[in-house]
Amino acid sequence: MALSNVLQTPAAGFNFDNTARNEALKGLFEGAQAPKPLKTGTTIAGVVFKDGVVLGADTRATSSEVVADKMCAKIHYIAPNIYCCGAGTAADTEKTTELLSSNLTIFSLNSGRNPRIIMAVNILQDMLYRYHGQIGANLILGGVDCTGNHLYSVGPYGSVNQVPYLAMGSGDLAALGILEDGFKPDLELERAKELVRGAIHAGIMSDLGSGNNIDICVITRQGVDYIRPYQESEYKENRKMKYKYRPGTTPVLTEKVVPLKLEVVQESVQRMDTA
Amino acid sequence: MEKHCVDSEVKGVSTGTTILAAIFDGGVVIGSDSRASIGGEYVSSRTINKVIQVHDRIFCCMAGSLADAQAVTKAAKFHLSFHSVQMESPPLVIAAASVLKELCYKNKEELQAGFITAGWDKKKGPQVYVVSLGGMVVSQPFTIGGSGSTYIYGYVDAKYKPNMSRDECLQFATNALALAMGRDNVSGGVAHLAVITEKGVEHVVVPGNKLPKFHDE
Repeated sequence: MALSNVLQTPAAGFNFDNTARNEALKGLFEGAQAPKPLKTGTTIAGVVFKDGVVLGADTRATSSEVVADKMCAKIHYIAPNIYCCGAGTAADTEKTTELLSSNLTIFSLNSGRNPRIIMAVNILQDMLYRYHGQIGANLILGGVDCTGNHLYSVGPYGSVNQVPYLAMGSGDLAALGILEDGFKPDLELERAKELVRGAIHAGIMSDLGSGNNIDICVITRQGVDYIRPYQESEYKENRKMKYKYRPGTTPVLTEKVVPLKLEVVQESVQRMDTA
Repeated sequence: MEKHCVDSEVKGVSTGTTILAAIFDGGVVIGSDSRASIGGEYVSSRTINKVIQVHDRIFCCMAGSLADAQAVTKAAKFHLSFHSVQMESPPLVIAAASVLKELCYKNKEELQAGFITAGWDKKKGPQVYVVSLGGMVVSQPFTIGGSGSTYIYGYVDAKYKPNMSRDECLQFATNALALAMGRDNVSGGVAHLAVITEKGVEHVVVPGNKLPKFHDE
C-alpha cells in the first residue's frame, strides 16, 4: 500500500539475504580483502536555527591521496523542502539520496501532499537497515515542513537521531568543536550561516580528506537558498597557461583513406503509424 | 581523523546503556540514560532517547545496537497497533513483550538488541517484562539492564520495596540511574524516565547536573 515505493516493497520482516550474499562473495577473493569502496573524506554539518535549517559541506572528493574532484556537490536535493548532506562512500550516498528523492516525488504526486522530513528519515532507515551496514552512507537530513524545522542524522546501520546541530564525515570532530562552542537555540540566519561555515572551515583545516570550497544550503518556509560556493578556498590557484590548442598545431605527415567494403545483407521497411 | 570500528561486539552505534523498570503501587516507572557510543570510545550522541512508546500505556527501553533496537521497536509498534485494531481494545503488556520476543528470537543470529517492556493494562495492572538478547521473556517486579546495570545490582536489590509510592519509586529509579552513570563509561547524559499509570503517562527528564550526587562527587 506504500504510496512512496516505486520498486516492489520487500516482504514484511527482516531480510538478510544480501548480507549472506556479501559474506559468500568475500570467500571468493581467496584471502585477499574485498575491494575497498571509495570514500569521500568529508566534513558536513547542519544547524537548526530560528526560521529553518542550514546545511554545509566541503567540496573535496579524494581517491586515496589524489583529489579526484575539487568541486564535488555533497548537498543533495531530496524534495523542495528537504536536502541531505552525505558522507561515507560517494556512490552509496549519491544513489541512496537519488532513490529517496525519486520515491518522495512519486509519493507527492500520488498523495497530493508535501513530503515530511520524518518520512524521508523512515524510508532511509528502512533501506539502510535492510542492508545491514553494507551501504556506507552517513547522512545529515535537514528540512522544513508543516511540523517544524528538523535535522536528523542517519547512520549506515540504520540508526536515526534527531538533533539541533550535527557534523559528520572524517572532519566531524573538528567541526563539532566549533558547533558545540557556538550553538544556541533560535539563532538568527546570519549567525547560523557563520557557525556552519566556521564548522566546515575547521574540518577543512584539520582534516586531509576535506578541503577546497564550502557549500551552504539554507532551507526555510519561504524556500531554499543553495549557495555554491559560499566560500572559495583561499588556496585556489589560477591556471598559468591556456591548454587549448588551435587546429594545425600538430602537423599531419601522411594521410591514408581505406574505404570499408560493406554489403547490404538484409533490408526491411516498417511503416510508421502516424495517424 | 578516521573513526574506525574496533572489533567490538556491536557494529555501528551502540547504546551501551543503563535501563531499568520498577513497579510501584498503581503503576510502573521505566527509565534509561541517554548516551550512544561507537566502539566504546566515542560518544556519538548525548541525548538519545532509549525509552520508546510502543502503545498508549506500554513503553520499552532498548539496549544493544541502536540500529537493531530502533528497527525492532518500529516493527513492534506496527504489530501492536495492528493487533489492537483487530482486537478493538488496547494490547496487554504481555502482548508487547511477546511481539518483541518473537522478533528477537526468530532473528537471534542477526540481531543484537535487548529490551525491557513496561506498562499498564486493565487485566493485570502494572507489569515489567525483560526480553533478553536471545529472546527469553521473564516477568519481574523490577529489573535492570544494559552495561551499566552491573554496577547497581547491589543497590536495587537492597533498596527496592514492593508497593512503593510514585515519588519513592521515581527517586529509587533516579538514584539507580545516577549511580550507574557515575561508574559506567558508556552510560551517561540525562536520565529519561516515564511514569505509567491507569490515568496516563508522564515523562520526566532529569538533566545531568540535577542528578542526585553521592558522597565522593
